[in-house]
Amino acid sequence: MRWRSPDCWSGLALAALGGYIVFAASGWDYLTADGPGPGFFPRWYGVAILVLSLALVVASGRGQVVDWRGSGRALATWAAFAASLALMKALGFVLAFVAFTYFVVAIMYRRRPLLAALTAAALGGAFYLLFPLALGVALP
Amino acid sequence: MDIASGLMHGFAVALAPTNLWWCFVGVLLGTLVGIMPGLGPPATIAMLLPLTALMNPAGAIIMLAGIYYGAKYGGSTTSILLNVPGESASVVTCIDGYQMARKGRAGAALGIAAIASFIAGTFGVLALMLVAPPLARLALAFSSPEYFALMALGLAMVVLLAGRSMLKALLAMLLGLWIAGIGTDVFTSTSRFTFGRMELLSGIDFVVVAIGVFAIGEVLANMEGREEPRALPVPKGLRNLMPTMQDMKDCRFAFANGSIIGFLIGVLPGAGSTIASFISYGVEKAFSRRREQFGTGVIEGVAAPEGANNSETGGALVPLLTLGIPGSGTTAILLAALVLWGFKPGPLFIAENPSMFWGLVASMYIGNVMLLILNLPLVPLFAQVLRAPVYVLYPVIIGLSVVGVYSVSGSFFDIGLLAGFGLLGYVMRKLDYPSAPLILGLVLGGAMERALRQSLMMSEGSLSILVARPISAAILLGALLILLIPFFAKLNNWRLRAMEEENK
Repeated sequence: MRWRSPDCWSGLALAALGGYIVFAASGWDYLTADGPGPGFFPRWYGVAILVLSLALVVASGRGQVVDWRGSGRALATWAAFAASLALMKALGFVLAFVAFTYFVVAIMYRRRPLLAALTAAALGGAFYLLFPLALGVALP
Repeated sequence: MDIASGLMHGFAVALAPTNLWWCFVGVLLGTLVGIMPGLGPPATIAMLLPLTALMNPAGAIIMLAGIYYGAKYGGSTTSILLNVPGESASVVTCIDGYQMARKGRAGAALGIAAIASFIAGTFGVLALMLVAPPLARLALAFSSPEYFALMALGLAMVVLLAGRSMLKALLAMLLGLWIAGIGTDVFTSTSRFTFGRMELLSGIDFVVVAIGVFAIGEVLANMEGREEPRALPVPKGLRNLMPTMQDMKDCRFAFANGSIIGFLIGVLPGAGSTIASFISYGVEKAFSRRREQFGTGVIEGVAAPEGANNSETGGALVPLLTLGIPGSGTTAILLAALVLWGFKPGPLFIAENPSMFWGLVASMYIGNVMLLILNLPLVPLFAQVLRAPVYVLYPVIIGLSVVGVYSVSGSFFDIGLLAGFGLLGYVMRKLDYPSAPLILGLVLGGAMERALRQSLMMSEGSLSILVARPISAAILLGALLILLIPFFAKLNNWRLRAMEEENK
C-alpha cells in the first residue's frame, strides 16, 4: 500500500537528491583555515533533506489521496509549452507562441479552428507590437 | 530624518508624475490580478520583475507594492460575485459576501469591502510609518551572528506557511536552500552543483524559479478543469454600491478589529493575510451580538476580513524593510526585487534610502485613495474581467513569463529552466508541497550561508557565538518558539484552517 503512495515516491526522490547533495559536498572542503568551507552548508542541508525525506517515506501510506483527474490536461499543456520552447530557437518567439496558443484554444478548450487561429494570431501580434516595437524589449 | 519630514519627503517623491503614474499602474494591475482567479500577486510581480530593471527603483517598488495591496482590494470582488476567492486572502470574504450577493446585496458587500479595505489599508500604512524606523534603529546593532539568527527566524516561519504536512514544508524549504546554493561559492570560487554547465556557474536566477513555480505552475493547475465559472451581476450606479448608514454603524467594530489584527498579524513574518482575515473574522463573530447569523450574509463578516487583509500589507512590510525578512511568497519576491536593483533591505535600508522608504509609504496613502476610487464606482467595469475567456488569459500569462525570463538573461537555457520549474510548481501543488517555503529558502539561503560562515570565521569555528550574543540568542529563541507552534493546539488549528482554505 505504501508503495502506491505519492508521498513515498516523492520522499524517495528527495532522499536521492539529499544523498547526491551529501555525496557532492563531501568532495569540497568542510572546514578551511579561514573557517567553514564550501562543503559546510550543503552537507548540513543535504543530511536534513535525506533524514526528512526518509521520515516522509516512513510516514507515507496513511490514506493520503492525490486527485489526478485533469492532470492529463495540465501535462499535455506543459508538453506543448516545452515543444514550443524547442521550436522557438528555430522559428522565433512569435510563431512558436502562436502555435502554442492555437493548441490551447483549439485542443484544450475545444474552440472552433477559426476562432483558435484568430486568437493565436491576435495574441502573437500583440506580443510583437508591445515588446519589440513599443517597449524595445527583445523577444527570444 | 523624523517622521514628519520623512513623510513630506516621501510625498515629494510619490507625487512626482512618473511615480504617480507607476502607482496608478500598480494598483490598477493589482485590482485586475486580484479579480482574476488563478493569477495571484506573487506570479504577477515575478512576471513583471524583469521589466522593472529598466525603471527607476522608486517607481518600480511603488508599482510592485501597488500590485501587492491592490490585489487585496480586487480579490473581494470575485469572492462576492463568484464565491471563488480571486486572491487567497479573500477566502473568508466568500462566506458572508457571496450570501449577501445571493440576497441581492452585492452592491453593499462590494461597497463595504472597498471602504473597509481603505480604512484598514490606511491604518496599516500609518502603523508601518510609526513602527518601522524605530525598529530599524534597534536593529543597527546587528552583526553576522544576528543576521544569521534573523535568517533562521525567517526560515522558522516555514512552520506557519506549512500546509497539512510540516515535513513537506521543511523539505520544500531545504530544496530552496539547495537551489540557492547552485553556482560559484563566493568565498572560495568553488563550483557547486553546476553539472558541468557553464550557464549554472552564476547560479539560478531567482526570477526563473519564482515565475516557473508561481506563474507557470498556477496556469498548469488551473488548466486541469475546462469549465469557466459564472459571476453574479453587479448592480449599476454608485448609489447601489454604497452601504447604508445602518451598515456603516454595524461595521464600526469590524473596521477597528480588521485594522489592528491585520497589522499585528502582518508584522509576524510568515503569518500572512489569509490567517489575518481568518482571525479577524473569528474575533468579529465571537464578539458580535448576532453571531449565529454569521455565514448567512452579515455585512461585518465582509468588513472585518477585508480590513484585516489590507492592513496586513503595512505590517508585512515592517520585517521586510527593517530586518530583510520576507514573511510570504509575495514579500520574498519584493525582497528579491530590492536586491536585484542593488538595495539591501535591513536595518540600514531606511537610513540609506530615505527616498525609497518614505516614497513607498507616501505612495501607499495615495494608492489606497486611488483604489477606493477604482473599486467603488468602477467595480462593475472591473467585474467584466471575469468574463474574459481563460483560453486567452493562460497563453498570455505563459507568453509574459517567457518574455520576462528572457529579458533578464537573454538565455534560452533559462527559458528551459523556466519550463522545468513550471513543472516542479505543478507537481508540488499536486503532491501538497507548499511553494512559499521553497521561495523563502531560495531567497534567504545565500544570505544565511554567508552570515553563518562569517560568524564562524569571527569565532574561529565556535558555534557558541550564535548564542553568546544577547540579541542573536533572543532571536534564535524566537525561532525556536515558532518551531514549537504546531504543539500549541489552538494556534495550530487556526493556522491549519487558514492554510487549508488557501489551498482549496
